[in-house]
Amino acid sequence: MLSIKNLHANINDKEILKGINLEIKAGEVHAIMGPNGSGKSTLSAVIAGKEEYEVTQGSVILNNEDLEDSAPEERAHKGIFLSFQYPVEIPGVTVTNFIKTAINETRKAKGQEELPAKDMLKLIREKADLLEIDRKFLSRSLNEGFSGGEKKRNEIFQMAMLEPKLAILDETDSGLDIDALKVVANGVNKLKSKDNAVLVITHYQRLLDYIVPDFVHVLHNGKIVKSGGKELALELEAKGYDWLK
Amino acid sequence: MSKFTEDDLKKELETKEYEYGFYTDIEADKFPIGLNEEVVIAISKKKNEPDWMTEWRLKAFKVWKEMKEPEWANVHYKKPSFQDISYYSAPVQKPKLDSLDQVDPELLKTFEKLGISIDEQKRLSNVAVDIVVDSVSVATTFKKTLNEKGIIFMPISEAIQEHPELVKKYLGSIVPQSDNFYAALNSAVFSDGSFCYIPKGVTCPMELSTYFRINEGGTGQFERTLVIADKGSYVSYLEGCTAPQRDENQLHAAVVELIALDDAEIKYSTVQNWFPGGKDGKGGVYNFVTKRGLCEKNAKISWTQVETGSAVTWKYPSCVLKGDNSVGEFYSIAVTNNYQQADTGTKMIHLGNNTKSTIISKGVSAGKSQNSYRGLVQVGPRTKNARNFSQCDSLLMGDQCGAHTFPYIEAKNKTAQIEHEATTSKIGEDQLFYCNQRGIDTEKAIALIVNGFSKDVLNKLPMEFAVEAQKLLEISLEGSVG
Repeated sequence: MLSIKNLHANINDKEILKGINLEIKAGEVHAIMGPNGSGKSTLSAVIAGKEEYEVTQGSVILNNEDLEDSAPEERAHKGIFLSFQYPVEIPGVTVTNFIKTAINETRKAKGQEELPAKDMLKLIREKADLLEIDRKFLSRSLNEGFSGGEKKRNEIFQMAMLEPKLAILDETDSGLDIDALKVVANGVNKLKSKDNAVLVITHYQRLLDYIVPDFVHVLHNGKIVKSGGKELALELEAKGYDWLK
Repeated sequence: MSKFTEDDLKKELETKEYEYGFYTDIEADKFPIGLNEEVVIAISKKKNEPDWMTEWRLKAFKVWKEMKEPEWANVHYKKPSFQDISYYSAPVQKPKLDSLDQVDPELLKTFEKLGISIDEQKRLSNVAVDIVVDSVSVATTFKKTLNEKGIIFMPISEAIQEHPELVKKYLGSIVPQSDNFYAALNSAVFSDGSFCYIPKGVTCPMELSTYFRINEGGTGQFERTLVIADKGSYVSYLEGCTAPQRDENQLHAAVVELIALDDAEIKYSTVQNWFPGGKDGKGGVYNFVTKRGLCEKNAKISWTQVETGSAVTWKYPSCVLKGDNSVGEFYSIAVTNNYQQADTGTKMIHLGNNTKSTIISKGVSAGKSQNSYRGLVQVGPRTKNARNFSQCDSLLMGDQCGAHTFPYIEAKNKTAQIEHEATTSKIGEDQLFYCNQRGIDTEKAIALIVNGFSKDVLNKLPMEFAVEAQKLLEISLEGSVG
């Protein structure tokens, strides 16, 4: 599904990613771990197409299509979803209105009609119930005054609505207590299928107790220095990252 | 990867062209330029006005001659040369029109381009439209329904002929001829405008609406609007404007007077989209407007405005809360782009006891524009228990525009309660990227963010107007991004 080949990326002329190779197939869960400053968040931003990053070499390929010339919204239309580490606030725009716009813009890009209001409402309720989200939550302004847990749950709710092919969870566990973490992980697990894939980016092993990866990769200094199964995460937890440097 | 940065935002803001910049070729009956007593008399004569009206105008002209243009507003522009303006222009038409077939087809086309074809208005929106094109009303609809309720809704020029007692009593009662420079000028030379009277206890069954449009190059336009809501009546009045693109500056100095007698309510909504000038700051309409309403006992006046146009705006819809328990409200969205300058706000004058006012002002600045809120809340020494709440929020796009807030509070009575809140925020790249990542392109994202920001005010507009206003906000900022 996603194929990253020898990816190099800069920000402000500083090279952050120094040759990443990664293959993710449908139905798989991959985890990328690594110390602060290793390039984890840069990788997620580059896959999503954030402009400040300059790709100097290599490519990101989604379902045999090179994404080089795709704007962030086009990548989203093609099925890439990024759950943000720090979701932004948009005052005056409700969760419902925001997701409605996102869904309809995506449909428009695919040449489909807007989803009728009735169906939209039904879908929103269905997904909210699935993720045990209070209806009242849906009429609040997007992320405004949300707790850390609410923000992350809202990200997963949007993911559930947009049904991406590839979901990237960037430090989804940061700022969450254990109960909130379970709720979010539970949501992700419910949405997992053989047709989509999940890339979990995390600093700590604890999220991986709940979202169990098929593969774990260690990122260090802009490169993947080690790959393995889920047991690699436990090993990292025990030994730290220093032994890999 | 298509890139979007703040630099692109700035660049795009500059390339935004005026959407409604077309010019309709209608034959116009126009006065030679310049202003003196003879011109004032000629305007009055042209409209067959009675002597009292001519004298009223001449008195205003005398006052105006002695006055100076105000300079306290936070706007900078080349002052219009008042002797280079033609003070009267009317489309050449058959004098009276009974149906749309009689309207100049060119004119109808203009309305269609604006999306306000009278036909559509008639059919869809239950709105009576009194259209002012270059100073003279050319079509009035829904007159019959209004007649049955005793509601008078007509061009003010006709009201002067048909209802002189009402005009004589109220014209200039809220905004006297000597009020300010532009009000005096307007009083001397006003061409036309709307007159509205709602009888005692009558609730006006439809939104009353006027579309203004400056059409003739080099023509200053001076509307005069007078709305009187008699005791216990209710009316919602809509005013909307667009103007065609042109290079020379056009002066627009309107006066609007609202009178809400005991227990009456007037809701006055404006969508203003005069030509804002080009991306280089050339041209555009100067909009110097005096709007004021008087509330008697238990009366309520609510001003709602969406301001997207004009090169220079100078406008403070105000309420004089004279009667006890009266209520004044001001809800405003002002969008400025390119080199636009807006100095707008309100005055709430609390004279009666237990009077209440609310001010919600939202300013959106983009490009190199300057957007100022200026508001006065005044409580008289003998006024008990006056209450005011003000909220002024500014949203900035890019880093070359400005937002300013000038709140003035004069409370002379200890029982007054006045609250003021202000915020300033900026549309960030992070917000845009977040929306992009959800499949929403940058243009749509800005529209979404601005609409969210403006929601408290948009919600105050009548339904059919809110949709139009929302569209206008999008148009005004459209192309402001890549």
